[in-house]
Order: sequence, then structure tokens, then C-alpha cells
Amino acid sequence: MSEKVLMKGNEALAEAALMAGCRHYLGYPITPQTEVAAYMAKRMPQVGGVFLQAESEIAAINMVIGVSSAGKRAMTSSSSPGISLKSEGLSYLAGCDLPALVVNVQRGGPGLGGIQPSQSDYFEATRGAGHGDFRMIVLAPASVQEMASLTIKGFELADKYRMTSMILADGVLGQMMEPVSLDFGEIKTFDKPWALTGTGGKRKPNIVNSLYMDPAELEQLNFERYARYQSVCENEVMIEEYMMEDAEICVVAYGAVARVSKNAINEARARGVKVGMIRPITLWPFPKAALRAAAERVRAFVTVELSMGQMVDDVELATRCMRPVLLCNRTGGMIPAPEEVLAKIFEADSIGGAK
Amino acid sequence: MTTQILIAGFGGQGVLFTGKFLAYAGLLEGRELSWLPSYGPEMRGGTANCSVILSDTPVGSPIVTHPDVLIAMNLPSLDKFEKDVVPGGKIFVDSSLISRKVERSDVEAYYIPATALASQENLDGLANMIMLGKVIRETEAVPYSCVDSTMTKVVSARHTDLIDANKRAIALGYGK
Repeated sequence: MSEKVLMKGNEALAEAALMAGCRHYLGYPITPQTEVAAYMAKRMPQVGGVFLQAESEIAAINMVIGVSSAGKRAMTSSSSPGISLKSEGLSYLAGCDLPALVVNVQRGGPGLGGIQPSQSDYFEATRGAGHGDFRMIVLAPASVQEMASLTIKGFELADKYRMTSMILADGVLGQMMEPVSLDFGEIKTFDKPWALTGTGGKRKPNIVNSLYMDPAELEQLNFERYARYQSVCENEVMIEEYMMEDAEICVVAYGAVARVSKNAINEARARGVKVGMIRPITLWPFPKAALRAAAERVRAFVTVELSMGQMVDDVELATRCMRPVLLCNRTGGMIPAPEEVLAKIFEADSIGGAK
Repeated sequence: MTTQILIAGFGGQGVLFTGKFLAYAGLLEGRELSWLPSYGPEMRGGTANCSVILSDTPVGSPIVTHPDVLIAMNLPSLDKFEKDVVPGGKIFVDSSLISRKVERSDVEAYYIPATALASQENLDGLANMIMLGKVIRETEAVPYSCVDSTMTKVVSARHTDLIDANKRAIALGYGK
């Protein structure tokens, strides 16, 4: 393993993107992800890449569409209000079956909201990133190391399935520093026979397009796209299980707040409560099978989120409401203390009912 | 062992840099660690704070809610965080800027006239490093022996001229 260095999450993410071969960063500054742009502004010229601060978030995502059409790895990053602006472009990326990496370092909302950490864009990322039938692969890092490694993974998956990978982080992960190893081994690349690279007079032109006036043709394309999504669901789910072997209570949390939850779980264990955690690393595809299996073994679930309760719906769906699902949440940029999570674990332990 | 450190003061007092020094020292010592700043408008003059955790086991939450060590660089910071320090914890107060005493009796308090000392010793702007020197002396967060190597790592290439002054400030606080 290579020597560990200290980096901010935003910087580790940016460096990993360069290592993944991304040479086109198109962005627009917004707290708390501005370090991504700042880092790219410094590094892209050194590696012969393009750093471009667009005139707006909308322009940036449309430039991503252009770069990706040419078969190159492209990325943009923003924070919550800026991602809303990119919504149209995210839908067009899906309609054109183009790969892209989009980073959302979330802050409190709705509206301009605040600048402190949040997870209230869960619905947007996993359900409604834009109009039309489509999905994005949504990756949720919980450490600076994962800010980097999931960026690499995000580029790989985007190319493999010709879709957008979104890194759904938050202000804590973007701003914190931790030791990180930037040794990722071999990075996968994929042939892109569909890319607009010039025919050289040797082949028919490729066309990248999302407009289909024939409903039967459009329906067929949607069916085919969803068959691809099905394959993502079958092959790409990632979770971390923590102390689940004998757990009777299961915490479900992702991102920075999963780490707060770990502190609470350790404390609860010390006080004799058998509690563990399933941490979704992919929010879409959601780890339905792991949660469904856990529902057979545990008495209750506790989801911990920095929102008014969004992932909690997916936990109830995945577990078919077989067990009570409690919500421990703060919002608007507030973060629960481990004691708040601990109190909710005790509550779950007391009302969890018979196994 | 895990040490949770909270450093708090005005923006511009070097709160984040002090944290960064501790984080790099931890890195060089091969420890697990996290560094988390308050970010946004605080950096431009409001109250700033910085959470640093140094541990022998992987760090869970990077947010320090109950510090073992509090470094208070101004009165609002002491007012805000004194109650959060764990019983038996240590509070370091810049007594040239904070005239009141620590009210709790279940913690150890250290009063360092860091800003005044910095001024006297021609170390303007390095009150934070004087405070840090005292913290290194009175806690087991990081050893004094790591100061030289950490300083080389943490001070950016264009500020190498400041390394000696920083080291002198730490030595002064440490009492060397």
C-alpha cells in the first residue's frame, strides 16, 4: 500500500478523478464543494486537462454532455441548489445513454437553505433527478478514503453501464481531512464504439440523441435501458455490515452520519444492547436483499439521516414493513450527537417486540 | 487511546492551522485521525473551530462533541464549549484575551497569556502555536519530538521562512 497522505474529502475526490483518467472538469463554485473546483483548477493544467468554470451550473452539465458524447470521462460537481439546476442535463444524459460522474456535496435545504452538511437530497438522487424514466448509480462515501475510491468506482460503473454515477456526499465528508491512500491498482476502462469521434470516412456516423417522436421506439429504448438498470441492481450493490452477526437491532445509515452511528453502536454494545449496522454504500441500487434478510433476524430498524426522513421509506419497502422502522434525524445542517442515536437505539430495543 | 481535541477562537487566530499541525503529527506517528473545520463565513472573521481526533483505533464520528482537550482562544469559545469538556478533561485558555477563569472544578485549567507572550517575543500571530506548545507539554496528544518533522510537513513551501518562528513559539509554550 502506498504512503498515506492527509487530504480533504473534496481534494481526495478530485485527485481520484484525475487518476481515473478524467481530463475534463466543468463546474461552478458553491460551498461546501468549492475545493473540488479549486483543486481541479490547479491540477488540470499540470496533466494537460481542461478545467473550465462555466457561466452556470446548467452550462457545466451541458458541457459534460458534450465531452461524454466524445467518449471522454467528464465530471461536474456542485452542492444541493446547484444540483437542482443540473436536473435537466441529468435527464438528457440518461436519455442519451451517456456516462458521467456528478458529485453532490450536500448542504441543508430546501431553497438556498444553508451551507452546513445535509442528506436531504436523497429523494432527488435516488428517485427524481430529472424528468422521465431513469436512474443514476448513487454512491455514498463515509470517509475521505471512500471519497476517492468511490470516485474511481463511479467512473468505471458509469462507463460500464452508460449512465450517470452520482457521488452523494455531504459537507462533513467534503471538508474533513483524514489519511488517505491513493493506490487504486488498475483502473478499468471501456471501449466506447458509440462515441462521436469522427467517422474518418470509414463508418456510418454515430448519433447521440434523446428525442424520439415514435412512442413505440421510445418505449423500446426505455425497456432496454431498464434491462441494463436491472443488471446494475443484480451486480453492483455495495454495503458495509458492522456488528450484524448477532444483532437484534439494525441501524441503517450512510455517509458521515453512519460514523456518528458507529459511536452510538459501540456505546450501546458496551451497555449490553445487541445492535449492528447495515451501511448502504450504493443508495441506488439500494441493498434490498441485505435488509430483507436482516428483517428475518432483527426486532427493529433505526434509520439515521440528515433529513426529515427519506431513506426510511426505502428501508420500509425493502423490509416489507416486517419490523418497526424508527427514524433518528436532524436536518437543516444539524448533526445528531451519538447520544441522540443511542437514545433511539434504546427506544427501538424497548419497543422492538418479540423476535 | 483516543484524544478528542476542540480548538476554538476567532477566524484568523490560526485555529484551523493548529488543528492541521496536530493532524499531521498524528499522521507521522502512524495514528488514526480526523480533522474537521467549521467552514463558511466563520473563516472570514467569526468564531471558528476545528475538531481533531487522534486515536489508536479507526475514528468514528469526526465531530468532537465532548472534547478531552479544549483550546479556547477567545471568550465566546470558552463560554460555548466549557460545559462540553469531559470530566477530567483539560482546558487551555489564552488568558491575555480571556479574563475570566474556568468555572468547572472537574476539569484541569491552564492559563497561558499567549497573545501577550507572542507580542513580547516578536512572534505576532503565533499565539496559537504557543498554546499548542503548552498542550503538547500537558497532554499525551502528540510528543514534542514530532515538532520538527511535522512543521516541515505542515508549512507550505512558500512559507518555509515561517518554520523557525513557529517552532520557537511551540518551544516557548512548552517551556523549553
